[in-house]
Amino acid sequence: MDIKGLVDKLHSLERKVLPLLNKYVNFDDLVKNSSLQEVEVMRALQWLENKEVVKINSKEVKTISLTEKAKVYKELPERTILNSLSDKETTLEELKNKTKLNDTEINATIGLLKKKASIDIQKDKTLKIRLNENGKKLVNKKTPEEELFIQIPNHNNYYKTDLTFDQLNDEQKTAFENLRSRGLVTLNIHKERIIMLTDLGKELIKQKIDLNVIESLTHEVIKNKEWKKKKFRAYDIKINVPSINRGKRHFVDQSIEYIKQIWLDLGFQEITGNIVETAFWDLDALFVPQDHTAREMQDTFFIGSKGTMAKGKLPEELANKIKKVHENGYNTGSKGWGYKWKPEIAKQLLLRTHTTVLSAKTLSKLKKQDLPDKFFAVGKVYRNEALDWKHLFEFYQVEGIVVDPNANLRNLLGYLKEFFRKMGYTDVKIKPSFFGYTEPSAEIFAYNPVKRQWVEVGGSGIFRPEVTKPLLGFECPVLAWGLGMERIITSYYGINDLREIYKNDLKYLREVKEFSM
Amino acid sequence: MPTINVNKKEFMKLIGRKLSDEDIEEKISMMGVAVEEIKEDEIVIEVFPNRPDLLSEYGLARAASTFLGTSKGLKKYNLNKSNYVVKVEKTLENYPYAVAAVVKDLRLNDEKIREIIQIQEKLGLTFLRNRKKGGLGIYPLERIKFPVRFTTEFPEKIKYRPLEYPEVLSANEILEKHPTGIKYKHLVQTWKKYPIFIDAKNTIISMPPIINSHDVGKITEDTKDVFVEATGTDFKTINTALNILVSALADMGGRIYSIKLIYGKKIYHVPNLEPEKIEININYINKKIGLELKSTEITNLLEKMGYGIKKKGKYITALIPPYRTDIIHQIDLAEDVAIAYGYNNLKPEIPNVATIAQENKFEVFRRKVSNILVSLGLLETHTYNLTSKENQTSHMNTNIKCVELLNSISEGYDVLRAWIIPTLMQILKENKHNEYPQNIFSSGHVFKYNSENDNGVDESIRLAVVLCHSTSNFTEIKQVLDALSKALDFKYEIKEVEHNSFIQGRVGRISVNSVDIVYIGEIHPQVLENFTLEMPVAALEINLTELYRLIKTT
Repeated sequence: MDIKGLVDKLHSLERKVLPLLNKYVNFDDLVKNSSLQEVEVMRALQWLENKEVVKINSKEVKTISLTEKAKVYKELPERTILNSLSDKETTLEELKNKTKLNDTEINATIGLLKKKASIDIQKDKTLKIRLNENGKKLVNKKTPEEELFIQIPNHNNYYKTDLTFDQLNDEQKTAFENLRSRGLVTLNIHKERIIMLTDLGKELIKQKIDLNVIESLTHEVIKNKEWKKKKFRAYDIKINVPSINRGKRHFVDQSIEYIKQIWLDLGFQEITGNIVETAFWDLDALFVPQDHTAREMQDTFFIGSKGTMAKGKLPEELANKIKKVHENGYNTGSKGWGYKWKPEIAKQLLLRTHTTVLSAKTLSKLKKQDLPDKFFAVGKVYRNEALDWKHLFEFYQVEGIVVDPNANLRNLLGYLKEFFRKMGYTDVKIKPSFFGYTEPSAEIFAYNPVKRQWVEVGGSGIFRPEVTKPLLGFECPVLAWGLGMERIITSYYGINDLREIYKNDLKYLREVKEFSM
Repeated sequence: MPTINVNKKEFMKLIGRKLSDEDIEEKISMMGVAVEEIKEDEIVIEVFPNRPDLLSEYGLARAASTFLGTSKGLKKYNLNKSNYVVKVEKTLENYPYAVAAVVKDLRLNDEKIREIIQIQEKLGLTFLRNRKKGGLGIYPLERIKFPVRFTTEFPEKIKYRPLEYPEVLSANEILEKHPTGIKYKHLVQTWKKYPIFIDAKNTIISMPPIINSHDVGKITEDTKDVFVEATGTDFKTINTALNILVSALADMGGRIYSIKLIYGKKIYHVPNLEPEKIEININYINKKIGLELKSTEITNLLEKMGYGIKKKGKYITALIPPYRTDIIHQIDLAEDVAIAYGYNNLKPEIPNVATIAQENKFEVFRRKVSNILVSLGLLETHTYNLTSKENQTSHMNTNIKCVELLNSISEGYDVLRAWIIPTLMQILKENKHNEYPQNIFSSGHVFKYNSENDNGVDESIRLAVVLCHSTSNFTEIKQVLDALSKALDFKYEIKEVEHNSFIQGRVGRISVNSVDIVYIGEIHPQVLENFTLEMPVAALEINLTELYRLIKTT
């Protein structure tokens, strides 16, 4: 960046700090001599460092200071005591009165002087102390500890002008340790920041730096027409900015909308309906025999409490037909299942196990003159399964039916292929399968070109006449499919564990990509 | 669904053709079974419930050999005449039927015995619905003195040594002590008398559908000739089960002998291996698949699926193999023709037919609501309709009746929700480590008992919004309500109410045209504590189904 561009982009804080760098290198001095807060100076220096204008070197500085106890002393206690003694004996009592020191201080200091062999002590009824020759010399001469003591500033702040440990010579260091062991001095470690101008900085500081630039275009700036007189500070427009959390649709809802749009584009009508249904609509109407395993507890959620199954009501006229279809085929050309159909079993209430129940209900309302027609649903269905990475108990099915007197198996394949093409799957194949209510029945596989694999995506077929004839009242082929919605979208989102889909981790929801093909 | 294990080598020998693993994967799965796994010398095949005849190596090989072209058409089984008689006497009303056959000249080995047991078990489990519809039995022929009677007896009078058991037990003891007896006790325990087969020497040979006698009902490698029977609730079903079993035994090399079955004054000769006939409707089949096949092409394809073909003038009839149970309509023939033609040979085609698309209008409305909330900066969540009773009631400091599930196996998901705010509270609880503000919403089903309705409940779709951050409050949530009311053009009123989930004096019931459409307020700190939240929550719940109806009618 050229130096001019650099000048333009300086923030007003940087503009205030920069000139000071001619005079001061120490952070504390910069703060003291600027009219800014410490954080403001720091921020300006960090920005300048990012621009490689300055280099901030931090080093540890060990300063020496007096402890609270020592701050009250005008001189060290040994000086006070030395001055109170002579070559004549002084009793401890007298010494106490003279010096006004307390017992611990007196005892400690006497011990100290004794160590230095500068006093003689006589033990009688009381202690009697006098200076010896050695001691007399000390009266006129300062100890190294005293020398050090008077050099230590008696204040609470630390400045670089303070005495630092590194400045001490060996003798002073010993004196320091002695004073420290007596609890009179401490060592303070603090960080000192030295700000050095880089070559670029030295160049920059020579430039004319306008202190009076507009930082923000405020209401006042506009109103006072200040912008006509001043320049705008230029921004670093490449800088990273904090992220914002926007409002957003859930990714499953986005996917559902996309899926719905495909069926709408293909001319299908949307159907919706109840989640709680009688077994009649979910199973009996679809020619599922009453002894089928789907009716057993392990597969289906039944409504009820305390062991009693809740029951709903049957559409009487239709129920009569369905009964005959199950028992002997009725007028469908089928032989039926050949057992005695019981309305009580059909009345059991359950959570719909497939959206095919919506198709069955739609067929029951359809009139011959409405044909051909096509319907779809994207709805929740339920299986009584324990939640794990590949099983959900509540999930979505994509349902479709085509009611057309001329519909055939190739058409079924055509619609599915088109749907999956729009979903990003390049090919579709079907394999023979079995579902009680379709004949022919086919398992659907879609080819995922990214993962290069065939994915099992659902079941399909043509509804059996035993299903369509009683519901419609006439015979007409009905193409039908039920696709696992979650199966289709997981690879798009890179989800391997189905539970992740409905976990509602807000961070994930905020960050996950939008659904778009 | 049931799976069977097939020995690869044996299977190929039976078909008379070598198959690579790819062939098995590609071709076998196109004939109407699912190939689950291909191991070094074994294939695991999933058999769909409509084809119990494929539940054995022999049945599968029979179907595969016509499908792959090493044989063609209906496989004929010779039925030899015999003097064996089975009398069906005094049967139970709910377990009345028995059929039987004799198969001779079997050369059994371990493998084959295992295979016979596999067929017996898998048929019992699937086709016979875990023996609810009946059971099958196999006995060494030489131990039995004919005529055999199928009759009933009081449990305390039934005494014999059950299969693989060291001692003689009474019927009741069998149900208490024998593993198979324990397993199937529930089928018979309410019956006053139990069905038994008993031979001319008055030896009990079995107690269907529970277990055979060890002394006369255990086949070994030395067994050459067998007596087989099927009993159950439905005559047609047990006939088919018997046919599946005897055709597999015949495929093993046995010769089938018929039995004279006496039902009072009626006399049947079983097994009945005479194929049922169904007239082929060429037009119908072509129309359903979307092809234009000639009649010879269709008959060839049906032969590929094991059918026999009989032509008489213009009429062509398909002979249905006696072990097939699933051909009850012309459409079933169409499916087999399509399978034989190959699903992968069908060309996809979208017909040139115009229909008019229509999105559900309420769903359009619901989407509009979501988009308005998104425009306010709210994040949509997607929630389950299933939850726990505690979540809906005690955690919310309130008592509300939820629609209950009878049999949920998932802990914490045993009711259908009655309102949505609790589900969102749970989300807030699980997201405490994530950035605030957490302003979220969700719309979905809620449920309430209503015996007036056919399905016993009222279902409606509701919206819930919760605002959670250090300063969220009533004003803020009311701003959301106001934004909705302006955007959707409805006027509302708020009535003061008491609701234990909310702070008293800071909760209201929203109504439109004097119809309540639920709540707005600040969540009570006790509720926050129940959900371990340390941030205030302002919440809103609206019945969208009701609101849509009200907006439409004004």
